Amino acid sequence: MTADPIDREVSELKFREPEKGRALADALARTVRRAVEKTGRSPIAVMHVCGSHEQAIAKFGLRAAFPRELDVIMGPGCPVCVTDLPEVDEAVALATDGVIVATYGDMVRVPGTAMSLADARSEGARVEVVYSASHAVELARSTDKQVVFFASGFETTAVATAAVLLKGTPPNFSVLSAHKYIPPVMEIVAEMPGTRVEGFLAAGHAATITGWGIFESFVERHGIPVVVAGFEPLDILAGLLKLVELIRDSTARVENMYPRCVTREGNRRAQEQLWKVFRPTGGRWRGIAHVPNGNLRLRGEWSSVDARQRFRIDAARMWKHSPAALVERCLCVDIMAGIRSPTDCALFARECSPDSPVGACMVSTEGTCRIWSQYGGGYPDLGGSR
Amino acid sequence: MCLGVPGKVLEVNGNVATVDFFGLKRPIFLDVVDEPVAPGDYILNHVGFAIRRIPASEAEETLALYRQLLAETDDDPMASDVRGEIAATRKTGNDGGSD
Repeated sequence: MTADPIDREVSELKFREPEKGRALADALARTVRRAVEKTGRSPIAVMHVCGSHEQAIAKFGLRAAFPRELDVIMGPGCPVCVTDLPEVDEAVALATDGVIVATYGDMVRVPGTAMSLADARSEGARVEVVYSASHAVELARSTDKQVVFFASGFETTAVATAAVLLKGTPPNFSVLSAHKYIPPVMEIVAEMPGTRVEGFLAAGHAATITGWGIFESFVERHGIPVVVAGFEPLDILAGLLKLVELIRDSTARVENMYPRCVTREGNRRAQEQLWKVFRPTGGRWRGIAHVPNGNLRLRGEWSSVDARQRFRIDAARMWKHSPAALVERCLCVDIMAGIRSPTDCALFARECSPDSPVGACMVSTEGTCRIWSQYGGGYPDLGGSR
Repeated sequence: MCLGVPGKVLEVNGNVATVDFFGLKRPIFLDVVDEPVAPGDYILNHVGFAIRRIPASEAEETLALYRQLLAETDDDPMASDVRGEIAATRKTGNDGGSD
């Protein structure tokens, strides 16, 4: 790959400092070349596990600046997308039983086995979009009805749920937790048979909470490097450059390329609150697998605010319905595992679009299909690298 | 959902700070942030809670990117996530307040 097309394409990136971006992209191209020569493998495949990384990569056209021999795969980094059908079914069952369900906006249209919360709402259920766990608490304070906060998101968002519970909530408030914890799913992906992933780009804000030290035992077990990166175009290029350097040198190590937010220990105060309220437990992630310790559930001490304890949730009644025919052709599962791309799906940008999503990957603003569809049709074209 | 948005702290009142997000003043909880926060500091907001104090010297580059994102239209997913993060602080003013 010559430097010219990279130069041209990077100069079109919306950087404040295009020279820095160009220099990083050039260095990345050279380093990828060296890594391919030294390892004898091509393309070099790395995975990020964050919807916001994918947003930035697509939005700022970074894939056009990636060398052809570097394959940057989006893994299970969209918390909405990996929420499993039975978890959505629980929320739908509660909503159709007359409980007010409050949840983050992206969760409303995520399909369950037979219905989404949006479907339940169109049949008369009360489903409220909130931007924060604290808004859900305020909603409960304003009504006598039961309010269930259907809580999704990774550790960054789970911390906010923990904080509102620790502050105290009204008696008609409870939490249906679909929170997920990122580190365990990296183990699953690293152990997937036939995986080509040689390194991980870890999400900066989740690591702000957990600290980068949490990845050290992962690196030791799997012998592949992890680089923590921020979300700005230069952060991502710098993170990838460091990651490919480590791959080139066959060095399995954790590197923190986001020191303005991430420390080795992380945010201890947030961790204390998180683990005071939640315990990790195994559960299915949609499209991935059963992930040991990948789900965050309320600890026993919090059973009085746990919707699963407060209500008899009859989600099984949803399972008598068969999913819509289109759903059976949806490739979300493979896309979230990083095996296929949105453009491999026959539904993508045809039957499945942001206005009329079939799978969760098209629903969430952090879903790969939604992001790719937003930032231009089949683009980014990964060409021969896949 | 993972995108934290930086803002400048104008005032601290117990465990709630008034934070300036690109000209919008919003209340934000300090329950989770692990360092003392004072007026003039920058914080990273995630769903209405500060998760990190950012050194002022390192905030400017980040702020510029978010300014650019906020100038985008509503149907841009990244821009709408940024707006969502700011909206997450919308009504939190009367909540809490003591520590």
